[in-house]
Amino acid sequence: MVPNLLVRGMLVGLIAGLLVFGFGKVFGEPQVDRAISFEAAMDEEKAKADEANGIHAVPEPELVSRPVQAGWGLFTGVMVYSAAFGGLFALVFAAVYRRAVNMGPRATSALLAATGFVCVYLVPNLKYPANPPSVGEPETIGYRTALYFSMIVLSVGAVVLASALRKQLAVRHGEWTAALAAIGVYLLAVIVAGSILPSVDEVPGSFPAGVLWHFRVASFGMQAVMWATLGLVFGALTERAFTDARVLGPAARP
Amino acid sequence: MSDRTIVPASLSLPLPWRDILPWTIFAALALLAIYFVAAEEGATSIIPGMYVHEFLHDGRHLLGFPCH
Repeated sequence: MVPNLLVRGMLVGLIAGLLVFGFGKVFGEPQVDRAISFEAAMDEEKAKADEANGIHAVPEPELVSRPVQAGWGLFTGVMVYSAAFGGLFALVFAAVYRRAVNMGPRATSALLAATGFVCVYLVPNLKYPANPPSVGEPETIGYRTALYFSMIVLSVGAVVLASALRKQLAVRHGEWTAALAAIGVYLLAVIVAGSILPSVDEVPGSFPAGVLWHFRVASFGMQAVMWATLGLVFGALTERAFTDARVLGPAARP
Repeated sequence: MSDRTIVPASLSLPLPWRDILPWTIFAALALLAIYFVAAEEGATSIIPGMYVHEFLHDGRHLLGFPCH
């Protein structure tokens, strides 16, 4: 059962990856290109100023060309990321099915995906939003990565606690009260965590606001496409597999 | 398929932990894969150089991870 779920999760992750790549190519890449043009213009200005002061900058060698970054590079990154999340999704599904919530496979899968989207991406990104190239100091990359991952870990931890709380409360106080209380506890926890963790604001003052906004919307859209595909396709396929297994039973299988 | 095919006795029961636990090793592999997309040759580095970082550059930015 579990290996079936795991393989299904990774396959659905690959399907999701294809859709995310298409979405990212259409809506994300134009913003990345605009951000890189801005970066190039800034670098040029800096080089001119340095030249005037007698400093001759050595141009950085280009390891990977832009078409490769925006093509196979983006494709590889998105596919690996989506397949990995597909596998994780399946394992968490196996663990929470009829445990965390008492729902059928499709509803459990959809709820799990919605929760994953909110707690792995949306909430950590409200604190530390996705940034296009040329935003962010290279020196602070370690610090920024540590903060972002801390926010993800805290957010996921808060969901686990809230989910356990929901289950406890549901017995005595009913589903509605339990669910609302759990959401409240989760929000309180991430708001407290978000206000304690330091802020990062490295967007250059002259960076075009429109590009920043559209880049972040594209990033949001890519994650929404991935989680929605995982939740809906995995749920539908698993429900069918579970139903077939019940109807046919082991004896009826060839 | 043989008689070893595992079918849940009832769809209203959870999957037993003993069936799930051996497969959690895949969670570690998945997290390693995500690490490569998200942070390798950025915040930390296993493979020397910047090729992995540059190759995965656009995906890393668009998936929401901090990058240079």
